[in-house]
Amino acid sequence: MQPKLAVWKFSSCDGCQLTLLDCEDELLEVAGQVEIAYFLEASRAVVAGPYDLSIVEGSITTADDVERIREVRRMSRHVVSIGACATAGGIQALRNFADVREFTSVVYAHPEYIHTLDRSTPPSAHIDIDFELHGCPIDKGQLLEVITAFLHGRRPQIASHSVCVECKRRGTVCVMVSKGIPCLGPVTHAGCGAICPAFNRGCYGCFGPADTTNIPAFVGALSAAGMSDFDLVRVFRTFNAEAPAFREASMAAEAAEDRR
Amino acid sequence: MTHSNTGSRTLSVASLARVEGEGSMHVVVRDGSVQDVELRIFEPPRFFEAFLRGRSYTEVPDITARICGICPVAYQMSACQAIEDACGVTIDAQVRALRRLLYCGEWIESHALHIYLLHAPDFLGYESSIELARDHRDIVERGLQLKKVGNDILNVLGGRAIHPVNVRVGGFYKAPAVADLAPVAERLRWARDAAIDTARWVATFEFPDLMLDGDLVALHHDREYAINDGRIASTSGLDITVSKFPEHFGEEHVAHSTALHGRARAGAFTVGPLARYNLNFDQLPTIVKQVAADVGLGRTCRNPFKSIIVRALEVVFACDEALRIIDAYEPPARPSSDMPPRGGTGHGCTEAPRGLLYHRYTIDAEGIISDAVIVPPTAQNQPSIEHGLHKFVQDRLHMDDLELTRQCEQAIRNYDPCISCATHFLDLSVDRG
Ligand code: SF4
Ligand code: SF4
Repeated sequence: MQPKLAVWKFSSCDGCQLTLLDCEDELLEVAGQVEIAYFLEASRAVVAGPYDLSIVEGSITTADDVERIREVRRMSRHVVSIGACATAGGIQALRNFADVREFTSVVYAHPEYIHTLDRSTPPSAHIDIDFELHGCPIDKGQLLEVITAFLHGRRPQIASHSVCVECKRRGTVCVMVSKGIPCLGPVTHAGCGAICPAFNRGCYGCFGPADTTNIPAFVGALSAAGMSDFDLVRVFRTFNAEAPAFREASMAAEAAEDRR
Repeated sequence: MTHSNTGSRTLSVASLARVEGEGSMHVVVRDGSVQDVELRIFEPPRFFEAFLRGRSYTEVPDITARICGICPVAYQMSACQAIEDACGVTIDAQVRALRRLLYCGEWIESHALHIYLLHAPDFLGYESSIELARDHRDIVERGLQLKKVGNDILNVLGGRAIHPVNVRVGGFYKAPAVADLAPVAERLRWARDAAIDTARWVATFEFPDLMLDGDLVALHHDREYAINDGRIASTSGLDITVSKFPEHFGEEHVAHSTALHGRARAGAFTVGPLARYNLNFDQLPTIVKQVAADVGLGRTCRNPFKSIIVRALEVVFACDEALRIIDAYEPPARPSSDMPPRGGTGHGCTEAPRGLLYHRYTIDAEGIISDAVIVPPTAQNQPSIEHGLHKFVQDRLHMDDLELTRQCEQAIRNYDPCISCATHFLDLSVDRG
């Protein structure tokens, strides 16, 4: 019997699950190796659990989500979270730094129709997760590696170093050194292949913090490259705002800004 | 789930598949006639318009891209246009052409996804494209490769297919070299032919009868098939600048959804490929008009089921247009214009694959955003989808729940609704009294 794959959506932009459909060369092959048992974006056919591998996109933002993610855990042998939403709460976690009622009244004429939690949290805040894949969006090569690894019962081989290493590999001259462009590459999790510096742009951290980072030590270099405290708060408080290392960095920059 | 009693029943389906996002549909039937159709959108709010306040004007393209992973370029383009409008900046002609090229990439990718992976299985009676591939592997392969060519453009020019990194207000971080685009042009020539075959293929499907009444609204440009520049036009004769959008189209917050519904002052209206086709047929290149004629589509078409043909024609167009842009391309002197902030309000409107996407920002002299308004296409279409389904369901009340649901889903997919934009989508429930 083929292993059963399920793909679940919580609060998100759909970009991470689309990454699977973006595997144009591999999709049909993957589909041949698994039974796609639940993947609403791709199929009407729904096969009941249990599932061998559940892939979770999106963050938990409603009381119903909390129930649903627990249900996913109960029905699944392995649960993998994909993307910044599912590993750090995503950009919708910016509400965690504000008053959600105020947010609701900015967007909706009838805030009373809206049911949402005060905080956006990753599934890992509610259930045990077997593996987390970073990125906003995730990289498709890494996604295929994760799926293949779980199907073969091995750990995915996903590097945990920083984007800097990928720039070296790609042969991109450091934008910070050569052009003075502020870049989060040294503290950002690898995986994208160092796209931004190859486009004359500093990394903005969409893969979240690298596993071992010393952001406080690095912030001085960003300031020297011209970032104000206000810039620092915002760059750490975007797509991975709730990742602990980025949260600390934005809080520290905010405190520094307040002192001024 | 059904319970039927004399002349009345309730039907509900857990969730709608093959749309981007999740939602439900609720139908009320009394004494054999449809009283109400409601699309319920479940996507919990993500509050983009709220947290954009206090952010810098330079961050808007990256942030708004994350509203939708299927059409991030549309968000980036409407955002850039609005911010540039606020700052009073005009962009370089080659940069404008590159933006159009990037947008062609998204149209190809998104339309190919919709035609092959989301919508065609309905017409042919399959649950998914993967099932379809079991019987027609070469056709699905063709769709995937076509989709991939769209992504090739996004990769080369944007850095990646989902949430491209190369877009900034004022232009791009880096302009491609002529040689970077050559391999893409090679593949686009194949894609244009594949798109023509696609149009011929989908035109053989069976199309239920349905007429879209009401106004069709799209950008219009005299000299080109409008994508990222133009005036807002409609089949009833509307012709306004983008900045007049708020005066003509309102949004309404209804209890059953987290998407704000679009309302034209004059009633329900529809945006998207059908609207574009009806309003801008004259601007299509000859090759597209020729294919339209070959497959028997006139210069106007109001059957929403045939939007799948129009999408295929728009893929032919986007491939052809991308080739034209690449042929004429010379790298701009600078990849982006200087964009000093200037206090004010700016409007932006571009044609997302699913239709008109409006953004408005107010920024202060330092470039900090004080107000943001985003009106996505699915939100605008929602009342019109509901309206169209009313008659559609009425004519099909004799069907059993399973079949009715299947057909409603297919009808809803005509609009390629993007629930993460409008916010999430289908769980059909028919309350038959
Ligand atoms: S992590 Fe980013 S790309 Fe993935 S679903 Fe969330 S917003 Fe979209
Ligand atoms: S370089 Fe940084 S911001 Fe750019 S794609 Fe990679 S991780 Fe994301």
